[in-house]
This record gives sequence, structure tokens and C-alpha cells, in this order.
Amino acid sequence: MMLSKGLKRKREEEEEEGKEALAVDTWWLDPGHPAVAQAPPAVASSSLFDLSVLKLHHSLRQSEPDLRHLVLVVNTLRRIQASMAPTAALPPVPSPPTAPGIADNLLASSDAALSASMASLLEDLSHIEGLSQAPQPLVDEGPPGRPTGGAPPSLGALDLLGPATGCLLDDGLEGLFEDIDTSMYDSELWAPASEGHKSSPEDGPGKEEAPELDEAELDYLMDVLVGTQALERPSGPGR
Amino acid sequence: MAGAGGGGCPAGGNDLQWCFSQVKGAVDEDVAEADVISTVEFSHSGDLLATGDKGGRVVIFQREQENKSRPHSRGEYNVYSTFQSHEPEFDYLKSLEIEEKINKIRWLPQQGAARFLLSTNDKTIKLWKISERDKRAEGYNLKDEDGRLRDPLRITALRVPILKPMDLMVEASPRRVFANAHTYHINSISVNSDHETYLSADDLRINLWHLEITDRSFNIVDIKPANMEELTEVITAAEFHPHQCNVLVYSSSKGTIRLCDMRSSALCDRHSKFFEEPEDPSSRSFFSEIISSVSDVKFSHSGRYMMTRDYLSVKVWDLNMESRPVETHQVHEYLRSKLCSLYENDCIFDKFECCWNGSDRMVERVQYFKL
Repeated sequence: MMLSKGLKRKREEEEEEGKEALAVDTWWLDPGHPAVAQAPPAVASSSLFDLSVLKLHHSLRQSEPDLRHLVLVVNTLRRIQASMAPTAALPPVPSPPTAPGIADNLLASSDAALSASMASLLEDLSHIEGLSQAPQPLVDEGPPGRPTGGAPPSLGALDLLGPATGCLLDDGLEGLFEDIDTSMYDSELWAPASEGHKSSPEDGPGKEEAPELDEAELDYLMDVLVGTQALERPSGPGR
Repeated sequence: MAGAGGGGCPAGGNDLQWCFSQVKGAVDEDVAEADVISTVEFSHSGDLLATGDKGGRVVIFQREQENKSRPHSRGEYNVYSTFQSHEPEFDYLKSLEIEEKINKIRWLPQQGAARFLLSTNDKTIKLWKISERDKRAEGYNLKDEDGRLRDPLRITALRVPILKPMDLMVEASPRRVFANAHTYHINSISVNSDHETYLSADDLRINLWHLEITDRSFNIVDIKPANMEELTEVITAAEFHPHQCNVLVYSSSKGTIRLCDMRSSALCDRHSKFFEEPEDPSSRSFFSEIISSVSDVKFSHSGRYMMTRDYLSVKVWDLNMESRPVETHQVHEYLRSKLCSLYENDCIFDKFECCWNGSDRMVERVQYFKL
């Protein structure tokens, strides 16, 4: 299962869901509605969601965030996220905090060091999902894709499994992940040219991220936030 | 001025003509960030125009006396005084830099020869006295003309100093500094009709000050939720009623306006009136809330009406009717179809001001142009 394929599949699924789930209170999915006539509903709300998450991150990166901007973006994100919510047909997923949850947590710490709380929140997310590359997209300023020059790759999910770093590793930690299928976090998944995945964790630590990695990571992170990515994993502890 | 413009929609009738009378400042693209004007405010009589910029400076323009030989020419505004109002500061506790950008200027009603204004950045309000000096004393006994002390043994006669005219000098001196009362960014200040108190508003709180007292203020509105996770709305503007010193209004990011009466309780968290126009279902979008966010609220001089500005329109409200405005004027309706792009480039978050003209026929003032 390739990440890019997964993405495409997600969008097609969403479009079908969008057509099926038209209801009075989901006017934003109604293609006849003048407000959404311009773009296909699923694409519009999905890219708006991405954009809003980016804006939220950017806003929180400020040393003193503009509270009005923050509140307006969060409220808009909530609207978009509500419009993208899976229909009743899908099984309820014990998903990690979705965007409003994150936003709520972020707002809660707005008096204190916001970036610190966001980092820890994403760290929590990463421990749940195995995506501890999360700090990397935050470091990205402006044009996406370029990793910070010379900086060593941030602690990856792969590193948790491999022998590379000593700081996070415990034998106990490996025990935690025993029953989770970690094959999807294999490093080869991140390389743009690779097809499929191999369960070869030892390949992991050696790979450097490609510039495209950050964008893929961000997409993956957002899939996780929306909860759709979680559905693709075999039923497990999930959390 | 790094970008200034004017527009007008008179309330009833298109008999007004609008044009640029003067353009001050740099007209080209090459404008230093510090020179970007962040706020403008006329004095009550209109003879002075104060501007604040991102560099913390205040520049006051004065209208020249109209020339009798050219009775139809409009009075020109020329620089009257320039001073540095605010400097960048560093909050060591929070490890944050406080911008010197002037957010708002408000003139105090004129009571003597000197003029007073309040200027504020994100955290600190200052009261400035602007006074003219056009005479100086000459003929001191103890010092000579360059100020050097004279040898007392050489003084043989006493003289009375006399006042001689000099070139007009305008001095600005800080008289009060009102600091440390706001956790969030100050967006409004408003002088009360009692001429003794004024309010300052940030995103979540409104404080009441006495002009003479700098070491304390009273909090009169506090919308900060106990749990910040529940925050969905911030204060965007606030103003005192022009005649009733106990009445104030504040607007929110959700497009609502609350009127409060300070006589009812010390803390005005419960409003006396609540103004909100129901959302038009046909124009709903993801951006409905953002474009409904009120960026400015102003009472009419009569005190009977108030005007609010949101992203696309100006609305006039009758204080006696809370359900909807009595007039709505679309300012740039052509932008409604471009909201997505405007959201993308953050322009949708821009704020505009509005003001009434002298006869309470509405004037809308655009804060800056966009191409």
C-alpha cells in the first residue's frame, strides 16, 4: 500500500461519500449550492482543511499569536472538519484527537508557551500513530520540502524500532509496539519512487528523507487527523 | 502614507463627490516597513489629523487657514508635529517582543490651548500633550542669551525679562503612561463623554481608566472562558456612547455587538442589548464567520445609531432595534466570489475602519488599498 495511492483512494472515497451523504445541514456538500458551485465539494473541503491546518500551525508559531486570527481559523477548521466527517456507515474509530481537539488543546495553552504545547501534542500523536517525524513539518518555513540544512533527521518511527538512537529506546518500548503492524512506517514508504512496502525495519535508520518527504508527512498527518488513515490499518489497539 | 484611501456612501442620495485632496508620504512601492501607517484619527474639529505608524511614530497634520483669496480651495494639511510615541519593548517574563506599532489614536476634547491625545500599541497606552510655543523670554538677569551663567559680581542692574516672538515650535510631551493592564493585544481605546475616564479593549477584556490615575484600572468586561479550549469569540472593537457616560458597546469576531450599561453592575459581562443579524442561508460558506467579524464600531454623533464594519459591508444599526441593521451597504461585493483566494492569502483577515461625518451622513474609510 503506497502512500500516494492511499491518498488518491481517500479522495475518491470522499467524493462518493459526499454524493451519498447530502443532507439539509450539509449544504457545503451540495454541488447545486451557489457557495460550492466553483469546485468539486470533496476537493474543496479537503484542500481547505489542509490550508486551515497550515494556517493554524503558522499562527501558533508566532511568539504571540493573534488571538482573533487563531479563533477564526479554528472555527473555520471546525466547520470544514464537520463537513468532512465520515458518515454513519463507517465504524466508529477510536481516533487520535481530531483537528478541533488539537485546536482546543492548543487554545487551552495559549496563555503559556503555545509552541511547546503543540509540540508535545504532536508528540503524543506521534506516539500513538508512530509518526514522530511530526516536528519536521513545523520547522518548515515558507516553501515546503527543503529539510533544514544540515540538521540530522528528527527521531523517526523507524528509530524506535532500530538500534540507532539510545535516548528513546527501551526494550519495554518495543514491547509496546509488538501488536501494532508497523510495516506501514517502513522508511521505504517515504521514498517517492518506491512501490509497496516491505517489512524490513533494518532498512529504516539508514535512509535520509527526501525533500518530498515533508509534504508527504504533512499529508499523512492530516489524514490521521481526519481519521481516515486510521481506518486503513488492521484493527488493533489503534487508540 | 503607505497606502491610504477613501470611499464614501452617503446615507441616502448620491450627491457627494469624492476625490483625493492630498496624498502625503511616499507614493512609490519602496516604503520602509516602519513607515507603514497603522492608524489615523481626526481631531473633533477636524483641524488636526493624527497618524500612527508601525515604527511607533505619531505624525500630526494641521489644516492651514483657508486662504481668503481662494475661498473655494480646501484647506491643505501640513505637518504640525512628529514624535516617537512608543518604542519596541521586551517582556522578559514571557520572553516576547512588544511591537511599537501604534494601533489606535484618540483625541481628547479640547479644553485649553494645548491638545491631548491617547495613543496605544499592543500593551501600553500613553497620554500626550501637544502644545505650541511661539514666544520666548529674553533678558534674564542671572544668565545671558546662550544660557551661560553670568558672574554675579558683574551684575549691576536688574531688568525684567520680556517675551519675544519666535518661530512656532510644537512640543509633544508624554503626560501619562498606562501600562501593564492588558494580557492580550489592545485593539481599541475610547474616551468617555465625562472627559475623565476612558476604556481600553483587548481580545478578551475591557478596562476602564481614569485619565489621572495610571497605576490601576477597572476591568468591566471579561469574556475569557475558564477553560481556554472553549474560546470561540474575541472582542474586536469597543466604544463609549457619545453622551451617556454609562453606556458602551463592543463588537465580536462573530459579528455581534453588545451594548453594556455600567450602572447595572460593576462587571458588564451581561449585556443590556445584543445586536446580531441572522445569517442569510443563501450566502453561507465556510467563510461566513470570518467575513462577519466586525472590525470597527462607531456611534453616530447623535448617539441614536451605530455603524459597524465587517469584511464586505457597512451596517447602520438603530440602538432601539437589535434584530437587524436599518441599513446595509455592500462595500466590495465583487470580492464575495473570491473568498477562497482571499482566505488563502490571508487578506480575508484584514480589518477596516469606518466613521461618520459631521452631519451623521455615513462615511466609510478604507484602511488600505489592495490591488
